Amino acid sequence: MTATEERPAATPAGNRFVGQRVQRREDARLVTGHGTYVDDVVVPGMLHVAFLRSDLACGTITTLDVTAARELPGVVAVFTGADLNGDVHEAWVDFEGGAGGRPFRCLAEGDVRFAGEAVALVVAESRYLAEDACDLIELDIEPIDAIVGHDAALAADARPVHPGHESNVHGAIPATPDPELDAIFEAAAHVVTETFDQHRYLCVPMECRGVVSIWDGFRNELVVHTSTQGAHGVRGFLSRALGLPENRVRVVMGDVGGGFGQKMFMIPEELAVVLAGKRLGRPVKWIEDRRENLMAGQHARNDRMTMSLALDADGHILGARAELVEDVGAFPAAGSSAIGFVGILYTGPYKIPRIGFSARGVYTNTCGRCSYRGPWMMETTAREQMMDTVARQLGIDPLELRRRNVVEESDLPFTTAAGMVYDNVSIAASLEQAVEMIGYDALRAEQAAARAEGRLLGIGLGLYVEPSGLAMGNMASEGAMVSIGVNGQVQALMSSGNHGQSLETTVAQVIADRLGVDVDDVTVIQGDTASAPFGPGTGGSRSAVILSGAADSAADRVRTKILEIAAHHLEAAVEDLEIEAGRIAVVGTPAKATSITEVARIAYLNPAGLPRGMEMGLEEKARYTPKAPFTWSNSCHACLAEVDPRTGEVTLLRYVVSEDCGVMINPDIVEGQIAGGVVQGIGGVLYEHMVYDESGNPQSTTFVDYLLPTAAEVPIIEYGHIETPAATNPGGFKGMGEGGAIGSPPAVINAVADAVAHLGARLTAQPLTPMAILAAIDEAGAHRT
Amino acid sequence: MADPVTVALTVNGSPRWMTVEARKTLADALREDLALTGTHLGCEHGVCGACTVLLDGDAVRSCLMFAVQADGADVVTVEGLAPADGQLSDVQQAMHACHGLQCGFCTPGFIVSITALLERDPDPDDEAIRDGLSGNLCRCTGYQGIIEAVKVTAAGRQGQPS
Repeated sequence: MTATEERPAATPAGNRFVGQRVQRREDARLVTGHGTYVDDVVVPGMLHVAFLRSDLACGTITTLDVTAARELPGVVAVFTGADLNGDVHEAWVDFEGGAGGRPFRCLAEGDVRFAGEAVALVVAESRYLAEDACDLIELDIEPIDAIVGHDAALAADARPVHPGHESNVHGAIPATPDPELDAIFEAAAHVVTETFDQHRYLCVPMECRGVVSIWDGFRNELVVHTSTQGAHGVRGFLSRALGLPENRVRVVMGDVGGGFGQKMFMIPEELAVVLAGKRLGRPVKWIEDRRENLMAGQHARNDRMTMSLALDADGHILGARAELVEDVGAFPAAGSSAIGFVGILYTGPYKIPRIGFSARGVYTNTCGRCSYRGPWMMETTAREQMMDTVARQLGIDPLELRRRNVVEESDLPFTTAAGMVYDNVSIAASLEQAVEMIGYDALRAEQAAARAEGRLLGIGLGLYVEPSGLAMGNMASEGAMVSIGVNGQVQALMSSGNHGQSLETTVAQVIADRLGVDVDDVTVIQGDTASAPFGPGTGGSRSAVILSGAADSAADRVRTKILEIAAHHLEAAVEDLEIEAGRIAVVGTPAKATSITEVARIAYLNPAGLPRGMEMGLEEKARYTPKAPFTWSNSCHACLAEVDPRTGEVTLLRYVVSEDCGVMINPDIVEGQIAGGVVQGIGGVLYEHMVYDESGNPQSTTFVDYLLPTAAEVPIIEYGHIETPAATNPGGFKGMGEGGAIGSPPAVINAVADAVAHLGARLTAQPLTPMAILAAIDEAGAHRT
Repeated sequence: MADPVTVALTVNGSPRWMTVEARKTLADALREDLALTGTHLGCEHGVCGACTVLLDGDAVRSCLMFAVQADGADVVTVEGLAPADGQLSDVQQAMHACHGLQCGFCTPGFIVSITALLERDPDPDDEAIRDGLSGNLCRCTGYQGIIEAVKVTAAGRQGQPS
C-alpha cells in the first residue's frame, strides 16, 4: 500500500528510468543459485582454516600446546598469536586516518579478553579436519573476573579490560558547564527526566563473514576474495597490515549476503587468515560459521541514555540534557562508537533551543562493537520514548506534543542547537502523513473501546531526521568510470560496495537517463580493486546520494562528448541535438540523426571523423562529493500494537512509514530498504537479544537462542512517500538505507508502552519479551484478566 | 576417520555419484562434491533454511542430514528449478517481480520452500503462507515481497491475474 504526495519539481525533466519501479538486474543469477558469494570461490590447492576460541571472558593463558594438532594427518599448520601477531605492520582502516585509535590483535596472546576471542588458527586439507585439530589443542586459562556491563566498567576500582590502560573509557565527551541551560531548567514549568536502556542486538547478515586469500610469491601479488561492504577499504588495510604496496594487493567482493555495518571493516580473524596464507604460500579459505558470527563477529547497540527535558506550561521544549554510556566491548571496530553522532543528532526533528550532552564509551570483557544500520540511533530510540514519557506526565497526547515542537517547513532552513542545518526536509508533513494513513484519531477511539473490553491496544510514533549521504574524511567521495564501447553499449565501473542495496539497478537508471539510452544497455560493475575506482564502501546511507552523483557526473561527461562528435558528424550545433533511446537527432529535423553506436564507431575507429583535436574514445571518469556533509532525509513511523494481557505477547496490527528521501530513484527499492530496516527494528525490540551472564559467557550463540523475526511475526508495512528534492546533489536524491532501523524501535516500544501505560506499567528497557511485559504489569500492581 | 562412502543419487534429474566421508553433510557434499553452490549455509544448525532442498519432493534442510542418508534419493536444488538456461520458474519470476530479495543469500532456500509449499497447498491463505515461510530467515526484505511472491505465484497457477 502506497501513498504519494507530489511536490513541485520532484523529478528533473527528462527522467525516464529514475522514479520507475525498474526490476532488479541482480536477480536472475540470485534466484537461480548462480550468485558468487565468497564460499562459492574455489581455488586449486586451497586449504581450509578453523579457529580455536576462548571459552572464557577473561583470563591468563597458562598452557597453549598445539603439538598434537600439528601431528594430525591433513593438518598443514597451526598458528598462535606468538606466531602471527608480529607479522602485522599497521592495523588501521582508512576511516580512522591513522594508527593508534583502538586496541587490535590478530590472535589472543598471553591473555584472553572476551569469550570467543580467537586463540589459535589451524590450516588443514578440509574444514572438517581443521575443526578436528582444534579439539587437539591444549589450552588452559587461569580465569580473571570479567568486566561485564556499563556499571562494572565504570566502577571506581574497575580493573582495566586492556592491561596498561588507565581506565575502561574508550572515548568520552565531558559535560560542559552551561549556566544558561541551568537557568532554563530552573525556570521551566516542567522538567522530566528518564533513563532508557537499549540491549545488545546484532546485525546478523544471513551470510557470515568469509575470506579466500591467495598469495603468489612469483607474481608478488596478494589476491583476496572477501565478504565485505567495500573492497578498497580492505585493500588499504591489508596493504598496511602486511607491509605490501597497495598495487600488489587485489581485493574482490562478489555477491555479498548482507552486512548492515558488520562488514565495513575486516576483523582480526580475517587478517590472521591472510597472514597464515602468506606464510604458507598456499591459498586458504575461512568461512565464519553462525556460532562464530554470533559470539565473536562483532555486536551492536547496548546503550544507556538519561534524558532531561525542560518545558514551558504549554509543552514547548525549552532545553534538553542527555548523558550516554555505550558498551564497545573489548575490541571495537573502527567508527563503531557513536557518542559524537548521538550528541549532534539527539534533538532530531524538534525545535530545542539549548542542549547539553555528555557521553562515554566503555570497554568490557565482551565481544567488540561494530556499526549497525544507524549506529547512532540511540538518539532517536531514547528521544522518541522521552516524548511519550513527557506526554504522559503532562497529560498531553503524544501526537499533540510532537506537533507543538516539530520543525515546520516555515522554520526552514533550521539550525539545531548542535549547529546542524536542515533544509529541503518535510518533517511535520511526514508526521501528518503517517498519522493520517494510520487513522490516528480513529485508533485512539478504538483503543478506548478495546480497553473497556480488557484488550490492550497501543499506538506508537517514531519521528526522526536521518543524516544520509555521509560525506566526511574517507567517506567524502565516490568514483565512477563510465564508458561506451565500440558497439555502443554502456559500462560503468563503480566504487561502490553493493551487498543488497540494488546498486546495479539504480546506478544503471541514473546513467541511462543522463545518456538517453535504455537501462538495459547499461551494465554496472563494482567490487574489484583491479577495475573499480577507489571508494569507502557502503555505509552511512551514502550510495543514492554520492555514488549516483559520481555516476551522473561521469555519464554527463560522456554525453557531452557524444554530442560534440554527433554535432561534427551531422554538421549541426550541439545545442540543437537531443538524445533519445540511443538516437541523436536535431530537434525539429528528426531525419537528421545518428546513433550512439555510430558515434562510438567514430570515436574508436575513425580519428578523421572526430572534431579537430579531440581525444579518441568515449571513456570518462568522475569523482563526486556532495555539496554538504549530510543530506537530510526524514521519516515518521506509526504502529498499532496489541498486548495479550494473559501472555504478554505483542502483535503488531498496523505499521505505517512516511518517508521523504527526496527524488526516489526506484520506489520498489526504497520500500524494500524501509521494510528490511523496520523488521530489524521490530526484531531488536521484541525478540533479539545477545545475552551475557555475569561472568561474560555469551548465552545466545545459535538461532535457537538468538531469535530473528520470521514471516509469521511481521506486519504488512504501508508506505507513504513525500518527495522533497535535496539540494546537495544534482539528482535531488537523499539516502534512506538506515532509517527503517532507526525509526522502528521507538515506534514499537512506544506502542507497547502505550498499550500498558494506563495500568501503571513502565517500560524503559528492551527486549519487550512477554515475560518482561507481564513483569512490568505485575510490578504496577495491575490485575491480570 | 572412517573410509569414504560412495553415494548414488539423482540430482536435478541426472544420476550423480560422489565419494564422501560418512560425516559429511548433504549440504557440504552438494556444494563441494557436486559444485552446486546455490544451496547456501546460513547457520548449519537447521534454523535459517538457506540450505533447503527437495528430497523426494519434500523440503528438507540439507545441513541437518548426511550425504550418505541421501543415497538413492531424488534431490532437487535451486539450480534444478529453472526450466532452461536463462529462464526462471514461476516462483523465481515472482520473487523477482515482487522485489522478494535484496542480498539474495537466503533466496535459494525460500524459493525451494515456496516451491514445496505450493505443491502441498496450491491456494494458501495469508496465515498458511506465513506459516509455510516461517522456517526460512531473511534479514533484508522484512518478508514483504516474499509473501507477495507466494500470492502472485499461486494466483498465476490458477489463471488469475496477479
